[in-house]
Amino acid sequence: MKRPELVCPAGTPAALRTAVEAGADAVYCGFQNATNARNFPGLNFTPEEMQASVAHAHDHGTKVLLAVNTFPTAGRFNLWREAVDMGAKFGVDAFIVADIGVADYVKRTYPNIRLHLSVQAAASSPEAIRYYAREFGVKRVVLPRILTVPEIKKLAGEIPCEIETFIFGNHGLMVEGRCSLTNYVTGLSTNMDGVCSPAADVHYDKQADGSVTTRLGEFTIDSFAPDEQAGYPTICKGRYNAPNRPDAYYAFEEPISLNLSALLPALIEAGVDAFKIEGRQRSRAYVKSAVSAFRKAVDSILAGQEPELADLIALTEGQKQTEGAFKTKKWR
Amino acid sequence: MQETTTPPSAARPGLSRFLPPMPLFLLQPILRRIVARVARENPSLFNRLGPHKTARFVIDPLGLPFGLLLVPNPEALTFRAFHRSAEPASDARIGGKFLDLLGLLDGGADGDALFFSRDLDVSGNTEAVVCLRNALDDVDGSIAESVAGMFGPPGRATLAGLRRMAARKGDPA
Repeated sequence: MKRPELVCPAGTPAALRTAVEAGADAVYCGFQNATNARNFPGLNFTPEEMQASVAHAHDHGTKVLLAVNTFPTAGRFNLWREAVDMGAKFGVDAFIVADIGVADYVKRTYPNIRLHLSVQAAASSPEAIRYYAREFGVKRVVLPRILTVPEIKKLAGEIPCEIETFIFGNHGLMVEGRCSLTNYVTGLSTNMDGVCSPAADVHYDKQADGSVTTRLGEFTIDSFAPDEQAGYPTICKGRYNAPNRPDAYYAFEEPISLNLSALLPALIEAGVDAFKIEGRQRSRAYVKSAVSAFRKAVDSILAGQEPELADLIALTEGQKQTEGAFKTKKWR
Repeated sequence: MQETTTPPSAARPGLSRFLPPMPLFLLQPILRRIVARVARENPSLFNRLGPHKTARFVIDPLGLPFGLLLVPNPEALTFRAFHRSAEPASDARIGGKFLDLLGLLDGGADGDALFFSRDLDVSGNTEAVVCLRNALDDVDGSIAESVAGMFGPPGRATLAGLRRMAARKGDPA
């Protein structure tokens, strides 16, 4: 049985060390700027922190995958070029990219460093993935969370590169890398500035009855009753009133997290090469719990044992979890 | 820039019911020592705060008879207690059960998870709160443990007891 790589999130150097200690085979992280899709305030790595963190990870046999997975706009390419150059200098094991310009730069300048295609590229068809593999030498594709396990298995036989799938965390079902909801509301782009629902535009208003109203800019996203579970303040997870609906409803997605614990054996059997845990914006406590749980589960499966699946519901968005499209296209 | 936040309600039942009324003047020098120690041991923490070093954070530990004001400005560190009837103006407000807030400082709790379960309330400048959360989370080990260590065996024993309470979800607040 092939041993899948456990790819774990690190939003800070401390989180990276936590992931390494908890058994990550690889960690993914980014710099403190628009070059990565988790460009959140107070998060990510300075160049000095990245250099020290890569050394720390390598000392412990863990790979570092540098997320340079946003889309540069005209006149700003230097920022992405610098990120790639620094990553190469510090010895990262792979670049995670979405933009073909960035991919082309890596291919030409650092042909010996692996290229992984970010989920932000939204490549899910064999034709699209083969294009990236042929033109840029992409070694691994991170699949959007829209395919069933049988579809992934079929895909694995049709593409010349490795497959990485998300197994826990955000259940992003928008067309990844194309979502403009934040841009529409705030003027900042998830895809080009790396910021989804910028915190500066998020407001929580507690009402007298204990309910909390969430706003992004001028738009009310949701109102949670006093004892109701909450979700992230993103437009796509909002609950809205519409003329033909008697009650407010989730027009795009629900606040819910992906958890594929029970599907791990099927995913391994389908030919998945790497399992990704989402959550660079989360705490060390989240990283420790999620990475430890999946390390144990994957090791148990590889040892031919029934995996003990830890209860991770407390970490999930809205305290709800799903196997999403991986199990069925009719998941909602 | 500063937002006026909603004052906390009057002292809530909870841990406070087990504590005698606390003269805050006795608490202030201890809080000053704590924040000075944390700042001294973790100077890089301030970099993650960016422009929010001068933000005024009100921390409302539900169940305790007082609130806390934090200004994480390395040039003028402020960490002091206030009576609930006299909440100072703030840029951001963070409220939660004492043991949950302790869990965040102890590296054992996830802020997002506490928010999802509605055990953590945030209002005011959300970006400042996110920066503070990320700055504190980048501290290796446990801030709570470091602070407990300042008070020797009694401090460590108190922290151990609080951790046991948290593990049992025994916070009566």
